Formats: sequence, structure tokens, C-alpha cells
Amino acid sequence: MTLGLFLTQLLNGVQLGVLLFLLASGLTLVFGIMNFVNLAHGSLYMMGAYFAAAAFNAFDNSFLAAAVAAVGGTLLLGAALERLLLTTLYRRDHLDQVLATFGLILFFNEVVRFIWGPASVYINTPAWLSGTVNLFGMDYPAYRFAIIAVGLAVGAGLYVVIHKTRVGMLIRAGASNADMVSALGVNIRGLNLTVFALGAGLAGLAGLMAGPIVSVQAGMGEPILILTLVVIVTGGIGSIRGAFYGALIVGVVDTIGRAFLPTLLREFLERSVAQAVGPAIASLLIYLLMAVVLAVKPQGLFPVKHG
Amino acid sequence: MANSMFKGLNSPRAWVALAVLLLLGAVPLLAAVFHQPFYVTLFTRILIFGLAALGLNLILGYGALVSFGHAMYMGIGAYAVGMLSHHGLQNGWLQLAAALGVGLSVAALVGLVCLRTTGMAFIMITLAFAQMMFFVAVGLREYGGDDGMQLPQRSDFGLFSLDNPSVLYYVTFACLLLALWFFNRLVHSRFGMVLRGCKSNERRMSAMGFPTLRYKLTAYVISAGVCVLAGVLLANLTRFVAPSYMAWTVSGELIVMIVLGGLGTLMGPVVGAAGLLMLEEVLSSLNLGVPALDAVLKQHWMGVIGLFIVAVVLVLKQGLYGRLRGPAGSETGEA
Repeated sequence: MTLGLFLTQLLNGVQLGVLLFLLASGLTLVFGIMNFVNLAHGSLYMMGAYFAAAAFNAFDNSFLAAAVAAVGGTLLLGAALERLLLTTLYRRDHLDQVLATFGLILFFNEVVRFIWGPASVYINTPAWLSGTVNLFGMDYPAYRFAIIAVGLAVGAGLYVVIHKTRVGMLIRAGASNADMVSALGVNIRGLNLTVFALGAGLAGLAGLMAGPIVSVQAGMGEPILILTLVVIVTGGIGSIRGAFYGALIVGVVDTIGRAFLPTLLREFLERSVAQAVGPAIASLLIYLLMAVVLAVKPQGLFPVKHG
Repeated sequence: MANSMFKGLNSPRAWVALAVLLLLGAVPLLAAVFHQPFYVTLFTRILIFGLAALGLNLILGYGALVSFGHAMYMGIGAYAVGMLSHHGLQNGWLQLAAALGVGLSVAALVGLVCLRTTGMAFIMITLAFAQMMFFVAVGLREYGGDDGMQLPQRSDFGLFSLDNPSVLYYVTFACLLLALWFFNRLVHSRFGMVLRGCKSNERRMSAMGFPTLRYKLTAYVISAGVCVLAGVLLANLTRFVAPSYMAWTVSGELIVMIVLGGLGTLMGPVVGAAGLLMLEEVLSSLNLGVPALDAVLKQHWMGVIGLFIVAVVLVLKQGLYGRLRGPAGSETGEA
């Protein structure tokens, strides 16, 4: 195991973590403020990727057009969903929310199959990012660096918005006591709409950034949705900080585990056994991590402080 | 079965429950009369999922513990049959004992961890454990890995042969009746009262001195055990096991069945399972006479199911069976 290889895998882990953060930040805010479980968040990610692919192919391989379509499209879609359906679900219990958004997942999967067909569609990396960056003698794709940069920029931006602006102050207030914020005369409906649309837009951004490195297909949102849920539960539900650290931890543990655990096990176990159980153990590492975190700290690693 | 479920048949609910059970009991006969043997298989499936949903309903409906991972226990049951059968152990009783042994132990451990959390975190952690088990099953290359495996033969219970579809149907039906009877006793017992008390106000229950965790854990393990049994039956119905049996969508479907039928009612899950599986069957083979629409529906019926689920949540708050008036004197109507 060379240092370069390890570093490459570490960067891959960070890149997955950053993508997860884009999804987890929206999901955790929606949960923290509206007390709403949105399983269809992965579908918004999928729609973002499809919007991006459609615009990318329609506008002569323009990545800019893809970005506008993905983020703008999911923002609008999120806002429409919130107004039409979700507002009636805010006051319902978690079971109803989980079920209704589970239904939405099935619906959106068929919508993309209907519009774009069952085969996966592709987006190319933009030409100016298709090169590689030399890193301790290893070539690392520039596009993956771009994903990390975008994710960190969004993280920094969210930090500024939430801690330094009036909207951010309302969001923090809403997360700790939504009824009180509403009683003080703040338009909580407008705040909910803003937060949900923002979360949807971030999911669309994640879909756009992931588009060139994964295959864009129906159902692509589900595996990453489950990872995102692991992230927000590990990090502490409702906490952006928790989403950030949780996403990086899950991304790195998952990637490093998959890359090196099978080899590592070969040191202790017979080759055939290691080959059989290695990948299985690697893929359940993050679930073990989550179980351990919850068993020790049921509120997650970075719980939101109320009051 | 002289218990409150059929006491005097004094409510619409009791009549419907009796009618549904009588109809279900007559399915193989009706299928034989109308020469439609396919329906025996479909209805065996309905009974199996009804049984699993019934199990989940014990904690979900009566305990308000939303487990999003009960497909895991169906998977454990199915894999116990599959793995033992793969190694030439065809004795059904042995397979059943192994399935329950493993399933209940896993449920006790998983339940102990999961029940430390509540609300949203409980939903997520049960989902995570089910995903874990899913990936374990995918990793079992000797037993087919991702693709699953065919069973060499059905479980051998000695007394009867499950190769006859009608026998398999009635064995499943008997399991369902037994579970209904047992759950009816259970939810009306002191144990059931404590469980329902935890649903309305757990803090108060523990203030009254009940060790609520122990009650909830017991309910969790029982409900998992019923799902394990359903898994054993499912493997025997399909003669096939695959990781897809414990996909998270299956856990979601179990919850849909419960809500469709009626949360916290005894027969609700069975009615819901029948409703959802029949709707799937109808939608995937619907013939409206409009070729364009039929083609779309045939391919995309899952999308219609999705909208249907949303509509059920929004409109049908009490579920199909839960809407019916319960027996007189039980305002919550847990019958």
C-alpha cells in the first residue's frame, strides 16, 4: 500500500463525503425546522442529475446550462412539492411522512423512466475540468477536486448564511422553537418554503456534480439517500455541523473500508475467506459505525442544543 | 375462538373480519372450481405478507414503534431455509427452529440497540440494520450472492408435503389464524395494555413503575419472530431466496399494508396486504382497451402505486378496515 494510493482513496472518500454533505444539509435542516422526514430527498437528487443531463445534451454540452437547469429545476420542483403536498404533512406524525415520501420515491422513479427511458444517461465532465492534477506522483482527476471545492464552498456559504444573516437567524430560531418564531410574527410558511426549496436546490446541485461520475438512472437516489440518513443520524439530526462532520466521516470510512479492508483481512484470514467476507464487511462498516454511535450517544455526535 | 374478536358479532368490523377469513379459507376451493390455480399462489403470497404485516403491526400499531427494517426478519427466515436446504438439511422443523433461533437472537440484539432511540432516529436505525443484513446477504457468494439461489426442494415437515399448493396455502392460513388468535389474546392482556400505554405516554408508564424497555423489547422480538415465520413460508412458496427479500422497499411495503388496512387493528394488516398485492396484480395486468395507456401502465404501474400510497396517507387516515365501527364499548376499537 503506497502513500499515493492511500491519499487517492482518502480524497475519494472526502469527495463522497462532500456529496453526502450537500444532501444531508438540506435534509437535516428540513427535519430540524419542520420536523419533517423527507425520504424523497434522494429523488430530488435524481431529478437534479436528470435535469442536468437533459440541459447538457440540449445546449451543446454546456455545463453551465446543466448547472442552471439542475439547481433551478430542483428548486422549483421542491417549492412546488412543498406547497402542493408537504405542508399538509407537517402536522402529521413521522409514520405518515415516511409513507407519503416513500410513495413519492416510487412515483418519481417511474416519471424518469417514462420521460428518459430505462437506460442510464450520461453527462461528460466539462472540458476545462477533464484533466488530472498531479499529486505525489499520482494523477487525480480535476473534476473530483472540483466536487470537493464546490462542497466546501457550499459548506462555508451555509455557515455564513446561517450564522451571519437575518434569514439564518430565523432558521436557527425555527430549529429550536418553530411555534415561538411563528408567534413572534415571522412568516413561518415562507420560512419553511425557503428552507425546503434551498434543501431541494442543494440536492439538485449534488445530482449535477455526481452526474459525470455515476450513471444517471432511475433509482439512483435510493442508495445515496440511505447513506445520507446514516450521515444525519450519526451527526445528530437537525445539525448542519453534524451533517458536515458526519458526511466526511461516513464518506471516508466507506471509501477507505471498501478499498483496503479486503486486503487487510487477507493478513489475518485465509485468502478465500477474506475474499468472500471482505467486501461484505466493508459495505456494512458505516452501518456498524452508526449503530455504535447511536448505542453510545443516541442523539448523534453533534446534537443540536435547544434552549 | 370465543374471544372479543367475534364476541356476538355485534359490529361491522367483526362481520367483515369473519367474512374475510371465510373467503380466504375458501380460496383453494374457489380456484379449483374456476380452474384458476394461479390464484392459490397469489393468495398464499397475500397471506404470507399479511402475516408479516400482522407481526410488524404489534410494535407499529400498538406500540408506535415505526420499524423500517422488518423485511430483514423475513429475509432471515427465508435464508435459514435456503442455507440449510443448500447443505442437504431438508427437515422443515429443523429449518424452522434454526430460523427462529437466529431471528429471535438477532432481534433481541438489534432491538436492544434500536430501542435506545425514539422517533425519527428509531426509523433510521432500524432501516440501517436491515441494510446491513441486506449487504451480508449480498456478500454470501456461496448462497448466490446478489442473484439469490434456487432451493433444491421445499421444507420437509414429515406430516404433509408443501409441494401441493393447496397444502402450502392451508399451512400458511393456519399460521395466520394462529397468529391472529395469539395477537388478539396478547393485545388485550396486561402486556398489551402496557404496550399501548407506552404508545400514548411512555414517560407516565415508566413513572408508574413499568420497565418499559423490557416490554417494548419483548414486543419487538415477538413481532420479529412472526416475520421470520413469514420468511420461512415465503422461501417455501417461491423455492427461491435472494437479498431482494430484505430490500428496504419491502419494509416500506409492509408499513403501507398496515396503514392501508388500519393501524393498530387486528385484521387491518391482512386486509391491507390483500389490498396492496391485489392492486399491484391488477395494475400490472390491466387491460383498459386503450393500447397507448395500457402500454404505459404495464411498464410504469409502480408509479401509480406511489401515487396511491400518497393518497392513502392523505385521505384514508384510519385505513380500510380501521374505518369500520369496532365492537361496542371499545372507543379506540383495538379489535
